[in-house]
Amino acid sequence: MRRGLSFVNVTALALGLAFLYLPILILVIYSFNASRLVTIWGGWSTRWYVSLLGNQAILDAAWISLRIAFLAACVATVLGTLAALALVRAGRFRGRLLFSGLVYAPLVMPEVITGLALLLLFVAVDIERGFWTVTIAHTTLTMGFVTVIVQARLLGFDRSLEEAAMDLGAPPLRTFMTVTLPLIAPAIAAGWVLAFMLSLDDFVIANFTTGPGARTLPIHIYSEVRLGVKPEINAICTIIVAVVALGIVAASLLTKLSGAKPESSGAPL
Amino acid sequence: MNGQHQSDNPVTTRSGDPAASPLVRFDAVSKRFAGVTAVDGVSLDIYPGEFFALLGPSGCGKTTLLRTLAGFETPDSGRVLLNGEDLTRVPPHRRPVNMMFQSYALFPHLTVAGNVAFGLKQDGLPQEEIAARIAEMLALLRLEGLEARKPHQLSGGQRQRVALARALVKHPRVLLLDEPLAALDKKLRGETQFELMRLKERLGLTFVIVTHDQEEAMTVASRIGVMNHGRLVQVATPSEIYEQPNSRWVADFIGDVNLIDGRVAEKTTVVTTVATTPAGTIRAAASDAKPGDSVAVALRPEKIRIGREVPPASLNAVEGEVAAIGYLGDFSIYKVRLADGFVMEAAAANVARVIERPVSIGDRVWLSWATDAGVVLTQ
Ligand SMILES: Nc1ncnc2c1ncn2[C@@H]1O[C@H](COP(=O)(O)OP(=O)(O)OP(=O)(O)O)[C@@H](O)[C@H]1O
Ligand SMILES: [Mg+2]
Repeated sequence: MRRGLSFVNVTALALGLAFLYLPILILVIYSFNASRLVTIWGGWSTRWYVSLLGNQAILDAAWISLRIAFLAACVATVLGTLAALALVRAGRFRGRLLFSGLVYAPLVMPEVITGLALLLLFVAVDIERGFWTVTIAHTTLTMGFVTVIVQARLLGFDRSLEEAAMDLGAPPLRTFMTVTLPLIAPAIAAGWVLAFMLSLDDFVIANFTTGPGARTLPIHIYSEVRLGVKPEINAICTIIVAVVALGIVAASLLTKLSGAKPESSGAPL
Repeated sequence: MNGQHQSDNPVTTRSGDPAASPLVRFDAVSKRFAGVTAVDGVSLDIYPGEFFALLGPSGCGKTTLLRTLAGFETPDSGRVLLNGEDLTRVPPHRRPVNMMFQSYALFPHLTVAGNVAFGLKQDGLPQEEIAARIAEMLALLRLEGLEARKPHQLSGGQRQRVALARALVKHPRVLLLDEPLAALDKKLRGETQFELMRLKERLGLTFVIVTHDQEEAMTVASRIGVMNHGRLVQVATPSEIYEQPNSRWVADFIGDVNLIDGRVAEKTTVVTTVATTPAGTIRAAASDAKPGDSVAVALRPEKIRIGREVPPASLNAVEGEVAAIGYLGDFSIYKVRLADGFVMEAAAANVARVIERPVSIGDRVWLSWATDAGVVLTQ
C-alpha cells in the first residue's frame, strides 16, 4: 500500500474535522457579524465584543466562573496529586483497587448522575446552594482527571532518583520537595489546566448544584439562548473557545515537557 | 562458612588491615522477596581501607546485599553493623555511607554543580565550604568547566564521573558502587577502574563494589566475595580465588578451568594423587581430601604446557590430539581430545609469530603440568 494520505483518507479526515469544527467555525464567523440578526450576514465587525464589555450580567457570570474554576482546579490538583501518590507509592494497601475505582468513577459517570447525587447531598446536609456548592462539585468532577495525569508521570518516574536523594542525606519530605515535586511539576500543572478548563465549561453539574446569585457563564449563556440567540452570545462563546483552545495547547505542551524530561541521567542521548 | 574462612586463614590485603576491627559487618543477613531468597544468611566483615568486590552471576543477590548496607532494604533477619554500631533500623539518610547508582541517578533538573552540592546542602554546611568542596571534587574528577551543564548535556563518561563526585564529596565512611562501570565501553571501563583505585588510595576511603564482571573484580579489588544464590561461597583475595578456589562452582565461575573428576588414591603432606581420571593418574597439590573421596582436579589452561616432545617424568602428562585452536591474539587456546574422548583445554602465549606456530589441528601432542598446578576440590 502507498504510504501517506490517499484520497479516501483525506476525505475521511476532512469530513471528520468538518463534523467536529464546522459548527464552531460558524459560531466564530457569526460573532463578527455586523448585523443584529443572527442569521443574516451584515459584514465584518467587532461591535459585539465591544458591547460585551458593557453587559454586566455576562461579565458577572464570567467572573464567577473564573473564580470557581480557579478554586476548584487548585483543590482538585492537591487532592488529585495526593490520590495519585497514594495509588502509585503506597504499595498494595487494603482496598487499593476499590480506591482507584472510586477515584476514576466520576470520569465515566454520566454528569447528570453526578450532578443529581451532589444536589441530593447538598440538600441532605442543608448547605446553602451557590458559589461554594458549585466549587465543591467541580472539585469532585475534576480531581480524577488530575489523578490520571499525575499517576501516569509517577509510574514512569525513576525511583532511584529519590533513593539517591535520601542516600545523600535528604529526609523523605525534603526528598519529595526537592526531587520528586520538581520532576512531576509539569504533569501537576497540566492537571491543573485541565481541571480549570473542565470547570469553566461545565454546564450540567453546575446547573444541578448552583443556587441563586451564582450563575456561571455556561448557565447564563444557556438561559439567554432560550430567549433567542444574540450576537453577543456568539462573541462570548468565541472567547470561551479561544480560552479552551489555549488551555488544551498549554496542557499538552506541559504533558509533553514532563514526558520528554530525561527520566534518569543515565539514559543515553 | 566464610566467617571461619577468615578467622583461621587471615587474609592479607593490599591496603586493608585485617588486624583492625571490621568497619562493616554483615551478621547472618537474610532478605526474601515474594518467593525468592535474594540474600541467604550472609556473614561478612569488611575492613577499613579495603576495596571489596561482591562478584556473582546475575540475580545472585549482590545488589540486594549492598542495598541493605545503604538502607534501602531492611533485612528479614540478621544485622548490619558499621563500626560496631547496629545500622539495621537506621534510615538511609542518616547512614554515613554513600552509594553510586548503576543508572547514576543524577537529578535531571539540577546542574552538575547542583548535583554535587545536593548532599552537602543536606548537611547544612556553610556556602563557602560547599563551594570549596565542590571545586575540589570537580578538579579531582576532571570535571572543571562543566559546572553549569545539566546531566543530559554530558557524555556517558562525564555523567559517570559526576555520579562519583556526588557520592564522594560527602566523604562517606564507605562508598558503595553498584555496577558503576557497566554502561561504559571497554576502554573507558579500564581507565575508570584505575581511576577508582587511585581515588580510593588518595581519599583513604573504603569501597564496596558490586559487579558481575570478574575481570573488573580481579583488577580493582583487594578482596572478593563470590556470591551464588544469595550465599557467599568464597571470600578471599583475587589471586586466592583464582588459584585456590574452594569449590567446583567457584573454579568454574572464575576464569577458564579444566575440571577433571577422579578418586583420591593416596595422599602425603605435599601431594594428593588422584586416580581414575580421564587424564590418567594425576598428582596434585596437597588437600584435606581423604583417600577414597571423589574429587575434581581443577587445572587452569595456562598452567598446562603443550608440546610434541615427551615431557619429563617429574610432570603430569597425557597424550592427545588437537581438536580445535582458538586464536585470541596474545593467547591461543588449544582443545585437546584425550584417548577416551575427554577434551582438555591448554593455553599458550603466542610468543612466536603465527607462521611459526608449532602445533596445528590434528597433531598428536603431549599436555604436561606440574604437581602443584592442580587444585583438588571436594565439593
Ligand atoms: N524489589 C524486589 N522485589 C522482588 N524481587 C526482587 C526485588 N529485588 C530483587 N529481587 C530478586 O532478588 C534476587 C536478587 O536480586 P539482585 O538485584 O540482588 O541481584 P544481582 O545479583 O544484583 O543481579 P544483577 O547482576 O543482575 O544486578 C533476584 O532473583 C531478583 O529477582
Ligand atoms: Mg544488581
